[in-house]
Amino acid sequence: MVQWTDFERATIQDIFSKMDYETVGPAALSRCLVVYPWTQRYFGNFGNLYNAAAIMGNPLVAKHGQTILYSLERGVKNMDNLKDTYAELSVLHSEKLRVDPDNFKLLTDCLTIVVASRMGKAFTGEVQAALQKFLAVVVSALGRQYH
Amino acid sequence: MTSLTAKDKEAVKAIWAIVSGKKDDIGTDAVARMLTVYPQTRTYFSHWKDLSPTSPAVRKHGVTVMAGVADAVSKIDDLKGGLLALSELHAFTLRVDPANFKILSHCILVVMAIMFPKEFTPEIHVAMDKFLAAVALALAEKYR
Repeated sequence: MVQWTDFERATIQDIFSKMDYETVGPAALSRCLVVYPWTQRYFGNFGNLYNAAAIMGNPLVAKHGQTILYSLERGVKNMDNLKDTYAELSVLHSEKLRVDPDNFKLLTDCLTIVVASRMGKAFTGEVQAALQKFLAVVVSALGRQYH
Repeated sequence: MTSLTAKDKEAVKAIWAIVSGKKDDIGTDAVARMLTVYPQTRTYFSHWKDLSPTSPAVRKHGVTVMAGVADAVSKIDDLKGGLLALSELHAFTLRVDPANFKILSHCILVVMAIMFPKEFTPEIHVAMDKFLAAVALALAEKYR
């Protein structure tokens, strides 16, 4: 099981309690679709993803960005049981959505960058390490049911 | 990886014009951050007495790295040729595993997002990510 230091727990709780889910989720997902365009392959029915402006303004992208972030919030509330928390979502992503799990890291890298831009100087190396560790464990839990 | 389009090069030059005045600070923070977030990178610096974010060695290295990035921007039309000497340095002397180029690139992007949140748009982000990947490729050119 993953061990969390007091600092890591407090940092993750702090980041997510102060986060504006309505904007950070959409910003992270749309950034991912722009920076790593091959991820668009999973959003064929989202309408216009033709260029960066279209992606950033796409309401379906925005909605899904929020969905992802609310799902991350579940992980924040269950940091000691991420495996079970994401077991169902893992099956969904592998069996139904068929997402290459390497893509999860691309999205979390974009989320890290969005959080960094919002937090500014408060996003120290230690805070970054804690966030990246949390996201890496979530990604690992999401990849567990793939076979 | 794909090569840089004209649009990518324009974006890189545009953001570089905005951030280059702060490149020493960017480099210092990126290297310090890398050593904190990716402790395995500390193995390359066992000869430093002080690996803390405020150490002079960290700052000096951050400045060195960003001078290299600045050089790469000026040679953006021929990175392989322009960075030949640096590639030989990394291949034969430093022997840094190329996986670490990705790590440091990520840290540079995070610092740019922190220091220039408005300017570091997704379009600029993708151009810089491609550019740093191209620089990393040029640096690994002589490895084998």
